Amino acid sequence: MYAYSDFDESFVRDRVRQFRDQVERRIDGRLSEDEFKPLRLMNGLYLQLHAYMLRVAIPYGTLDARQMRQLAAISERWDRGYGHFTTRQNIQFNWPKLCDVPDMLDALADVGMHAIQTSGNCVRNVTSDHFAGAAADEIADPRPYAELLRQWSSDHPEFQYLPRKFKIAITGATADRAVTRAHDIGLRVVARDGAVGFEVSVGGGLGRTPMIGRIIRDFLPEADLVPYVEAVLGVYNQLGRRDNKYKARIKIAVHEMGLDTIRELVEARFAETRSEFPGAEAALAEIRAAFRAPDFRAGGTAIPSGSPAFRAWADTNLAPHRREDHAIVTVSLKTPGQQPGDASAGQMRAIADLAETFGYDEIRISHRQNVILPHVRKDDLPAVFEALAAAGLAAANAGLISDIIACPGMDYCALATARSIPVAQEIAVLFETLDLAHEVGPLRLNVSGCINACGHHHVADIGILGLERAGVETYQITLGGDPTERIAIGERTGPGFAADEIVGAVERIVTAYLELRDSADETFADAYRRLGLAPFQKALYSEESRENAA
Amino acid sequence: MKRRFHPSVVTANDLFEGHPVWRTAEGRWSATIREAEVLRDPETAEARLAAAASDAARVVGPYLAEVATAPQGPAPLHFREVFRVRGPAQASDRLDHLPGE
Repeated sequence: MYAYSDFDESFVRDRVRQFRDQVERRIDGRLSEDEFKPLRLMNGLYLQLHAYMLRVAIPYGTLDARQMRQLAAISERWDRGYGHFTTRQNIQFNWPKLCDVPDMLDALADVGMHAIQTSGNCVRNVTSDHFAGAAADEIADPRPYAELLRQWSSDHPEFQYLPRKFKIAITGATADRAVTRAHDIGLRVVARDGAVGFEVSVGGGLGRTPMIGRIIRDFLPEADLVPYVEAVLGVYNQLGRRDNKYKARIKIAVHEMGLDTIRELVEARFAETRSEFPGAEAALAEIRAAFRAPDFRAGGTAIPSGSPAFRAWADTNLAPHRREDHAIVTVSLKTPGQQPGDASAGQMRAIADLAETFGYDEIRISHRQNVILPHVRKDDLPAVFEALAAAGLAAANAGLISDIIACPGMDYCALATARSIPVAQEIAVLFETLDLAHEVGPLRLNVSGCINACGHHHVADIGILGLERAGVETYQITLGGDPTERIAIGERTGPGFAADEIVGAVERIVTAYLELRDSADETFADAYRRLGLAPFQKALYSEESRENAA
Repeated sequence: MKRRFHPSVVTANDLFEGHPVWRTAEGRWSATIREAEVLRDPETAEARLAAAASDAARVVGPYLAEVATAPQGPAPLHFREVFRVRGPAQASDRLDHLPGE
């Protein structure tokens, strides 16, 4: 995987030194909070409900064992012995002390990591397909392009004070596992006439105004990636509304001005500046060498037989690898009852050990808040399962209703308007207790604790949004969202539910689905497309269904 | 129509550790809401908030939070403030010093 160059190392160390000085000046009073706040945010340090929170970038979700062990060590030395993996492939530490943060950043720099541009109105961590480099349906590994964009966007002088934050996602596969069209720029690798390029979407986003990205270029040659993305950013930097933060994202500019106008402006700027770029060929060749596929060892072509527990796990937590003798393993951080996305230091070390022993030292973090071992020989799967079970990481629920995305919500986040973690925990435990998750089958249930939608509720089969109404927590439900290449924004069912009603409401939706589906092969998403909202509204709101559920 | 003033306390986050703190009648910052000074009129509340704002060497972002008063001390009214007092739901992160619990 990509390793820091001398330039990267020097840049990150300089930033740590600067931040150490800034913290000292804040503590001794030379900097006011108003002066200090933008500086700490530029280094990923938030002040949340109960403590500071440090958000660390995991570029395109890729880690190695050494880095994972360092995250574990940081969590034990300066935090509370765990980390929270986020929906943007980052990790957050919930309890750092202000004076310790420079030491934490130095410890991150020791393993080629940092917290730069994990906050603020800049280009954030470029996210990618968590099966990158391994997926059977991959046209090209998207990570070299993501790394190219990381290098280009890091400390880019023109784009440190954008109208609002800017998120880029990229996938190299036919299936979109990176929710690319819910990003300011979405990039999908496509092949045309033997050449590799990108379908580029612009103006996607979730939050209070969810929008699906519009295709601004159906084929962008690989060599033009950086100048074209820079042209989009340049146009946005001038047009984005700085008078109203709720209308400042590029999606609003695309919506208000129209895609054709934005396209014309971008193409004009691109034509003007393209010749200033040296071309990506040399840089990409160098980066690609760092993402060379491992020297795969031959494994069996069939998944070994094993215990019922192993078979249940293999049914849900494995995905097709591009080599027939390997599999992609999803390590679920969603054991029912646990906080979604959290891993203890011990669990992080267990994953690091498995990556080294069985996974060619490669780890990915998914936006669904799970950990991926992208390359595991099929013969090694039983041993991997046993080790995961010993570490409390063998939940057989990837893609099922208990594999819930949940933002930190009001348990941790200062922006939240309601809790999301306890709702996710209760739903996961309910379906575990009823032993229904496998019968229900693939179902994405996502929970956000405020309208900012970090929990991706808009693009879930069942989305839950926590809000405050008249001083109490209220939960709205949306149905029919889809994060894939068939992307769709969920439809709101109607009035919201109180905190003590929301789990029952979800149960009524799922019960209705089980009754309405054509067969066990018809997924919730397919049934919803066939039936629409009405039968689920009836199940949710009719007196009869409420009484039956009571 | 002007909103009726409700008894309040001044709260903020500790500069060094980030945890919630509440201002006492002596001008100290306490990690326990039950030690907070209850402000019963808007003039006093604004004066205490101004004093807190000048205490930037110790706290961040002071504001007024409405409370119910009881013999064991003030208790938060809004659920957000209840969670600030109680801590996260995660057992290992709970604070459990809500008055009366």
